[in-house]
Amino acid sequence: MSLDELYRQVILDHYQKPRNWGRLDDDAVTVDLNNPTCGDRISLQLRVEGGKVTDVRFTGEGCSISLASASMMTEAIKGKSVDEALALADAFSRLMQRQDVGDIDLGDLEALQGVSKFPARIKCALLAWKAMQEGLRHAGQPAKE
Amino acid sequence: MNVKEIRKLFPILHQEVNGHPLVYLDSAATSQKPLPVIEAVERYYREYNSNVHRGVHTLGTKATEAYEGAREKVARFLNAPDSAQIIFTRGTTSALNLVAWSYARRVLREGDEIVITPMEHHSNLIPWQQAAKATGATLKYVPLRPDGTIAVEDFAQTVTERTKIVAVTHVSNVLGTINPIKTFAAIAHEKGAVIVVDGAQSAPHMKVDVQDLDVDFYAFSGHKMCAPTGIGVLYGKRHLLEQMEPVEFGGEMIDTVELYDSTWKEIPWKFEGGTPIIAGAIGLAAAIDFLESVGLDAIRAHEEQLARYALERLRAIDGVTVYGPEERAGLVTFNVEGIHPHDVATVLDSRGIAVRAGHHCAQPLMRWLGVTATARASFYLYNTEEEIDKLADALQYAKEYFHNVLG
Repeated sequence: MSLDELYRQVILDHYQKPRNWGRLDDDAVTVDLNNPTCGDRISLQLRVEGGKVTDVRFTGEGCSISLASASMMTEAIKGKSVDEALALADAFSRLMQRQDVGDIDLGDLEALQGVSKFPARIKCALLAWKAMQEGLRHAGQPAKE
Repeated sequence: MNVKEIRKLFPILHQEVNGHPLVYLDSAATSQKPLPVIEAVERYYREYNSNVHRGVHTLGTKATEAYEGAREKVARFLNAPDSAQIIFTRGTTSALNLVAWSYARRVLREGDEIVITPMEHHSNLIPWQQAAKATGATLKYVPLRPDGTIAVEDFAQTVTERTKIVAVTHVSNVLGTINPIKTFAAIAHEKGAVIVVDGAQSAPHMKVDVQDLDVDFYAFSGHKMCAPTGIGVLYGKRHLLEQMEPVEFGGEMIDTVELYDSTWKEIPWKFEGGTPIIAGAIGLAAAIDFLESVGLDAIRAHEEQLARYALERLRAIDGVTVYGPEERAGLVTFNVEGIHPHDVATVLDSRGIAVRAGHHCAQPLMRWLGVTATARASFYLYNTEEEIDKLADALQYAKEYFHNVLG
């Protein structure tokens, strides 16, 4: 097992310079998730308009894998439809389990494939994606009549 | 103490992990098991596996003798007055929960106090939160000093006439702090409270005499002291155990069963409903024999030396912060500046070194330290100074690796 397989340059770049870092307005969908086994946490905010993720921000604390995965996730879903974002989450989770992702283009996210060889770290990579799935499920329900 | 000879008895230590000889520095999570323990469990299953307390047949008698013999061994190990005061449980967590359910909820009234400390493992914290919520009692914390120890004066001030229960760990699983339990017990008793001690990190590593400490309850786990998982112990003073109702009802624990009511056996059996953890108890007895053959004082001295050496080596590395007091049990919790403990642990693992990374089931203590997570190296009788050298070298390597890749 080689550390360089895990710590790919693109991952470390996102870790050092997380994209979409910060807060949206309070009326955005907000999901706070912890990883209770290790103390990592993320606060993810999503703005969904017309079935599309029009904006997304996050803050949190965690290891390189958890923060980089969160940052890359926000870039990957911004501008996508809710269905596309959820399909991407599904594909990403399959990537972590070393299963076939089908014909979905994961782009830069492929760099996280190395995590699947470090089973203890898969939970780190999945935290932000779980937050996103939960947030989009909320966004799918009409908030006000 | 001949560590080289001791290591020969631990088959698991003689393997390579990720191309490097295994350096196991996670014994505070669970210890490795020596051949005498593995063989004792195997012998039970191969030669006399049988249920206890019921069979008239020969194997049943043998199994019962081994199981009750284990209880007597534990009683001697803790210097308990009577083996009836030794209850076998699933581990420290279930032992502490038994006290919180069966003793605490019966005696606590609204306005009573439970005193605990910020260094408790979740297993000696959440049961008391729940007991407080259920009874209207108040949970109070003894403050910690900046070095992670508790001042006796602070303890004495926190415990009042309204305190019914004091629950405190003997040794902190994060800081390594060794609490002055005998002094704490005397103060608790002066105020009319009972003291419950979490011995998960002390029983494996130092001589414990429950009569000398004068504790009311003392809990520990087998798996942290060379025994199998799934076996633990609750020691309690007789008059307290006799007041307590069982929390699990069923076979084994009954005296007479009528259609609409039943009566229980005496202690300890009334707390051991169902087929007990026979193989676990037999393994625990073998572990006690093994640890006593080495000597608990020798083990403590060895670990004290390892902790001192680890402190010296880790503090010499620029950017490494070590938490906890000078005087400590055999563990060192630390962080490396700019590298998350998970990343530290992954780099160490790539060199065959096993450490724990995370919050160590002590979230309030992490908040007190002002961190979300830490890495921890913990030692046992089979660890060596050479292994600590490897840890220090690997931490240096981790720093350089991240320095290079992060640019």
